[in-house]
Amino acid sequence: MNQRTRPRYRVFQWLLLGVAFAAFSAAADPEVAGIIKSVEGSVTITRADAALPAQVGMPVYQADRVVTGADGSAGITFEDNSLLSLGPSTNLNIDRFAFDTTTYDGAFEITLGKGKLAVISGKIAKHQQDAMKVRTPASILGVRGTEFVVEVGGAK
Amino acid sequence: MTARLGCALLVVVLAGCATTDRVILLPDDISGKVGKIDVVGRDGGEVLLDSAYGEARTGGGKVQGDTLDTESLRKEFGKELANLPERPKSFLLYCENGSDQLTPESRDQLPAILDEVTRRPAPEVVVIGHTDRVGSVEYNDKLSLARAQAVRDQLIKLGFDQARIVVAGRGEREPLVPTDDEVPEPRNRRVEIEVR
Repeated sequence: MNQRTRPRYRVFQWLLLGVAFAAFSAAADPEVAGIIKSVEGSVTITRADAALPAQVGMPVYQADRVVTGADGSAGITFEDNSLLSLGPSTNLNIDRFAFDTTTYDGAFEITLGKGKLAVISGKIAKHQQDAMKVRTPASILGVRGTEFVVEVGGAK
Repeated sequence: MTARLGCALLVVVLAGCATTDRVILLPDDISGKVGKIDVVGRDGGEVLLDSAYGEARTGGGKVQGDTLDTESLRKEFGKELANLPERPKSFLLYCENGSDQLTPESRDQLPAILDEVTRRPAPEVVVIGHTDRVGSVEYNDKLSLARAQAVRDQLIKLGFDQARIVVAGRGEREPLVPTDDEVPEPRNRRVEIEVR
């Protein structure tokens, strides 16, 4: 009897540990990557399987996906002063954002899956070569500054 | 059924080939400076963009360099460029020697700075403290942060939302006027207020 219940008890212990860890991870305050500064038409932020309508003042985090509708556009400022502008029918994934305000070390990586994007890079790209990357389905852009536009899925 | 599926697949494959990813490097609209972008194709090829309006097109296994005329740029990307958030702006305030207190002239500038802040949508403020090179690196890291915190407290007192202020101390790492170590320099005892 005793020997039979012990393994089950152990599984329960592991489960409990897992739940505690998940709760701890969720409680750890994620670092804000940027703030939405303008929204026009339909703009949605997808975060951990939830789709939230974007609003001016809303923070964005690493791993968020920003999707604009056919009538949509959005402007976002990032903690390192990078500026992004998304055109209509665009989807953009914030793959990675880390920025140390004392040393200016960091990483800023995004993926443009579709649509149009205008960028003015900030302190991360200026401080460290190869720290800012923009991925598209066909290419990887190593950004050393400063202002540029990207299009994916154009007619040409 | 199989023919139809094959047809659909062919359309997908053709569509995949027909799309080209483009990137165009622009001169900075304020300084006119041109940066650099290294464009690497996932299926091979590489182009370094380093001149104004340089364009790279990636697709079908290669990367091609080109130049886009400003008229086409305006037509194709005018809306995205116009919708870029307003550029961050920064203000410089100066501190008394070895202290976190602002000079009287700098203190008087705070209300005007606050006006510029509140004009922007969802405004954010970053306050960055700096020091001259008198004292150790550790001492100056602490002093620079204390300077930034003192300015933050002033802005909160003037009514700015404290949740939107971030402070940082850069110590003696970023002098406005480069000096040897242990040289007092009033122009380096400063606090930068960055508004986004």
